[in-house]
Amino acid sequence: MNIHEYQAKELLKQYQVAVPDGVSAFTVDDAVKAAEELEKKGATLFVVKAQIHAGGRGKGRTKSSGAKGVILAKSVEEVKEAAESLLGDTLVTVQTGEAGKKVERLYITDGVDIEQEYYVGITLDRTRNQNVIMVSTEGGVEIEKVAEETPEKIVKEWVEPGLPLQANQARRLAFALGLSGEPFKKAVRFIAALHKAFEATDASIIEINPLALTGSNDVVALDAKMNFDDNALYRQKAIAEMRDESEEDPLELEADASDLNYIKLDGNVGCMVNGAGLAMATMDMIKLAGGEPANFLDVGGTANVDTVRNGFRIILQDPSVEAILINIFGGIVRCDRVAGGIIEAVKDPAIIKKLENVPIIVRLQGTNADEGKELIDQSGLNVISAVLLKEAAEEVTRAISA
Amino acid sequence: MSVLAGKETRLVVQGFTGKEGTFHAEQMIAYGTNVIGGVTPGKGGGTHLDRPVFNTVADSVAKEEANTSVIFVPPAFAADAITESALAGIKTIVCITEGIPVKDMIVAREVVRRHGATLIGPNCPGIITPGEAKVGIMPGNVFTPGPVGVISRSGTLTYEAVDQLTKAGLGQSTAIGIGGDPVIGTKHQDAAALFNEDPDTEAIVLIGEIGGTDEEDAAAWIQKNVKKPVVAFIAGRTAPPGRRMGHAGAIVSGGKGTADDKITALKAAGITVCDSPAVIGDTVKELLS
Repeated sequence: MNIHEYQAKELLKQYQVAVPDGVSAFTVDDAVKAAEELEKKGATLFVVKAQIHAGGRGKGRTKSSGAKGVILAKSVEEVKEAAESLLGDTLVTVQTGEAGKKVERLYITDGVDIEQEYYVGITLDRTRNQNVIMVSTEGGVEIEKVAEETPEKIVKEWVEPGLPLQANQARRLAFALGLSGEPFKKAVRFIAALHKAFEATDASIIEINPLALTGSNDVVALDAKMNFDDNALYRQKAIAEMRDESEEDPLELEADASDLNYIKLDGNVGCMVNGAGLAMATMDMIKLAGGEPANFLDVGGTANVDTVRNGFRIILQDPSVEAILINIFGGIVRCDRVAGGIIEAVKDPAIIKKLENVPIIVRLQGTNADEGKELIDQSGLNVISAVLLKEAAEEVTRAISA
Repeated sequence: MSVLAGKETRLVVQGFTGKEGTFHAEQMIAYGTNVIGGVTPGKGGGTHLDRPVFNTVADSVAKEEANTSVIFVPPAFAADAITESALAGIKTIVCITEGIPVKDMIVAREVVRRHGATLIGPNCPGIITPGEAKVGIMPGNVFTPGPVGVISRSGTLTYEAVDQLTKAGLGQSTAIGIGGDPVIGTKHQDAAALFNEDPDTEAIVLIGEIGGTDEEDAAAWIQKNVKKPVVAFIAGRTAPPGRRMGHAGAIVSGGKGTADDKITALKAAGITVCDSPAVIGDTVKELLS
């Protein structure tokens, strides 16, 4: 799960991670109040930041006003202008795609004076099965680019399973940033606090880019990106409540509510599969057959009438779908029962109407596959059946070229 | 011969009396697996499916010499169940549970390692040695004894590949579902090492998917160490980056873990890579003839 920058910073503050003062705002009035509040605390420079779940905001532009996603403001009046240009507009960045994302929240922060910019991030190193803390002197730029072009500029420490970050590890990382004296001490404290926050919140990624050394020798997070382990949300109720559903695809939200694992894609062939690996393989096969997958949809181990019906309902809301491939490998769930579920779902008047111009190819394999095929063939419904994966692929090609 | 599971398996089921545990324990018994009993804390002393219920895994080891465990415990308690097995001296631990937090798995994996046990999964279909033992949730009727070792991150895609092998007249020595999570006990390379040592395995099928670099690591190791023919398939060529494709571990992040990277690494190691999941069976048959 993702959260916004302002939420991440409020969360990090609770773990004594240093962040500049900031206030979130949903309206222009809120933004003005936020700036006035910061001014009282001594701020003379403000940063107005669009809150969307995508990176590259500083270089992104909004569609109608042409404003940047991160605006420096020298007065409360300038904060107001910036808020007016951003709120309600659609911000396009390298990560949002052309559609962009609507700006509905802002974060107004104290514009600290930056002496130096660094990078610090924590995530799982899957090869070592340990969390890794990475720092770099190359802050403010894309870390993937640094990793590719100058990997020696990224210094890593791996956290021992079950142990807190050791003081020597935090020191080594702070030294790697070339720091000494007061800034060094502050960086050590920052890194230790950041790791504590990572552990305590079941985060899967924390990225502070840039981490700034200020003119007054403070070490603070200028930006903060946090992702969380979905599997741990059951014990992170406060974080689960930070979810912003307006950032998510409405079809994916609907699928989620029906316990279906659905991801919307841009293609023309919808698919419904049991199992994530087989679902990915089916998408690949659609591509090889000359189509483009319109979605990823894993209906899980028990493909019954309800899951199949919900699956159809969601796939058929996508207007680009020209054909649907259902690929079920019956293991303990027998194919004849799955076939029965498909037939019943297709008979649903709401679904049958939408299926007039969308051919369905059903491929059942595994336990009782032949019985399942026979049921489909005898149902009198406009459904093409297949047993082998190869046959299913050929039928997809035929359906989309017709 | 086979790997990890067979006639010598003495299986204890953790989460024995729950709905999932009961259903799959029945299936495993019907397949002929030697299920010695199960564990449900607080229900020790009773019987279930005509077998003893123990309070702890340690009791099942002391009284029935359990050497393998299979876990059907909800995600919040599954990492604890894994460490309980490891501490009780179980040598092969198979965790079916999906949805265990990564933070818990990092520690559980380390405990398993320190106690010299092998962990399969979590979030996996388990292990099956056709005709001998099934430790997991795979549909036994799809499998048949034979010379091909199968390693896979996913469930139904494994059954698909195995079904093709069986139809091509090729049985399986053992099939290992290693699991779709980012932190798992046994990786492709570890499983390949087991099959490499097994005299009854003549060829290996390796099924991977996007995310992480385990397939790349396995490719390099196989090139150096394995003389047996290896056929691979990688799922997820059409998956968009940054999206988690069902499995918690199936995500391309930071430009790493793409299907193309994996396919390139496997091919460079001399491994035959299938373009389509529909030709896995035929490809192995061709290679072995």
